[in-house]
Amino acid sequence: MGTTRRIVIAGASMGGLRAAERLRAGGFTGEIVAIGDEPHLPYNRPPLSKEALATEVTHEALAFRLRPAVADVAWRLGVRVAGADLDARAVRLGDGTELTYDGLVVATGMRPRRLHLADSTRPGQTRPGPVTGRHVVRTIEDARALRAELRPGANVLVAGAGFIGCEVAATARTLGASVTVVAPEDVPMLRPLGPGLGAALRRRHEERGVAFLLGRTIAAFLGETGRAGEGSRVTGAELSDGTRVAADVVVEAVGSVANTEWLAGNGLDLSDGVLCDDALRVEGRRGVVAVGDIARFPNPRYDEVPRRVEHWSIPTDTARHAAITLLADLGLAEPAATPFAPLPTFWSDQYELRLQSFGAPALGGSDIRVLEGDLDGEVVVGYHRDGELVGVVLVGMPSAAARYRAACSAAA
Amino acid sequence: MKVIVDMDVCKDHGQCVFAAPEVFQINENGRLVYVAEPDESLRDAVEEAADVCPLQAITIED
Repeated sequence: MGTTRRIVIAGASMGGLRAAERLRAGGFTGEIVAIGDEPHLPYNRPPLSKEALATEVTHEALAFRLRPAVADVAWRLGVRVAGADLDARAVRLGDGTELTYDGLVVATGMRPRRLHLADSTRPGQTRPGPVTGRHVVRTIEDARALRAELRPGANVLVAGAGFIGCEVAATARTLGASVTVVAPEDVPMLRPLGPGLGAALRRRHEERGVAFLLGRTIAAFLGETGRAGEGSRVTGAELSDGTRVAADVVVEAVGSVANTEWLAGNGLDLSDGVLCDDALRVEGRRGVVAVGDIARFPNPRYDEVPRRVEHWSIPTDTARHAAITLLADLGLAEPAATPFAPLPTFWSDQYELRLQSFGAPALGGSDIRVLEGDLDGEVVVGYHRDGELVGVVLVGMPSAAARYRAACSAAA
Repeated sequence: MKVIVDMDVCKDHGQCVFAAPEVFQINENGRLVYVAEPDESLRDAVEEAADVCPLQAITIED
């Protein structure tokens, strides 16, 4: 044999790990180099807004187990991928290193969107407002920093009423903090759950003392007076309707941004993640695939519209299919016989409530029906498109999950 | 092959049930029950079940 082939995996989180596992499972014996900007081996992120945030945040407790098959993966941690030349089949790292490859897995994922707001206590100032006390929840370090401030009696303002915002609100409330949620929509978790279930969950939060200020956004942060904006501590926020809310801890859970900057200059569609074909190949590029929530792909279960999916199941599902595509492009495997068509799955834990979702509820938002139970207790909600079930969300009812999952899977 | 589920960590999500229904089940009380020493022929399915566990509560011992 000639020279050893190399696959570079850009991103060392769950998607990168699963890709490495599936490449080995698919028979790839060459070199695998996985590059991650965090200093940690891949770990499980969902507990960062739930169990880990409520107790203790350690990498040891969150780390994924490394199978023997991936023991020889070269992990380059604490260094980011800074650029790529796909024609030359090379990536450039933040430390200046260049790495050539035979195959590339794009798995750099997402980062939290931040609120870039001026400091209203200093009119005319363009420098950023207060920084200390403002948090996001993405990494172990993020969760640790937030955990340290979630003391009983802390005044917590959560920006964003999606799943992460609502999970953090529940966790902070459980830890004894006062919690206010601010978001532009009129109902929490509106897009994934619809108005009825979202409103029911809002009531559950309110029963436990969470306050919602919906239909408005944060217009400015308030900071300690008499100190420079940079580095000063947040004391609250002014909302778009002029309301002022006091807070000593702010959590920004306002969505995420795809880490695609390093791919610029290669003629790719990077308008929302990385556009892929139905085999997860980065559009028009043999030997380059995308894995995880950065991948924007069509799902023939539903339609031809490429979408990114930020569910926990997606790194595992995309890695399975993308590894086959990549090995086929390298002439090492047969291509997959069918296009990628995953059944989206997610869950959320808020207080003792367990939400589970199968399929694509957001596509069935115009025809939502309670299938079993009632909205203020345990419930199964069905989301329909053209009369067909396209998604379900369960609150509780764990023993019914398999049945409804099968119904969603068959319907497509 | 030995399967161990850390029941202090398990939150009965049931994702393992979809991956390896021969080994994992949710009983009528909504709690996880499982076969502790499944047949070797189920290894792939059990490994997938361990992968998809949201709490990463499943360990496989050879």
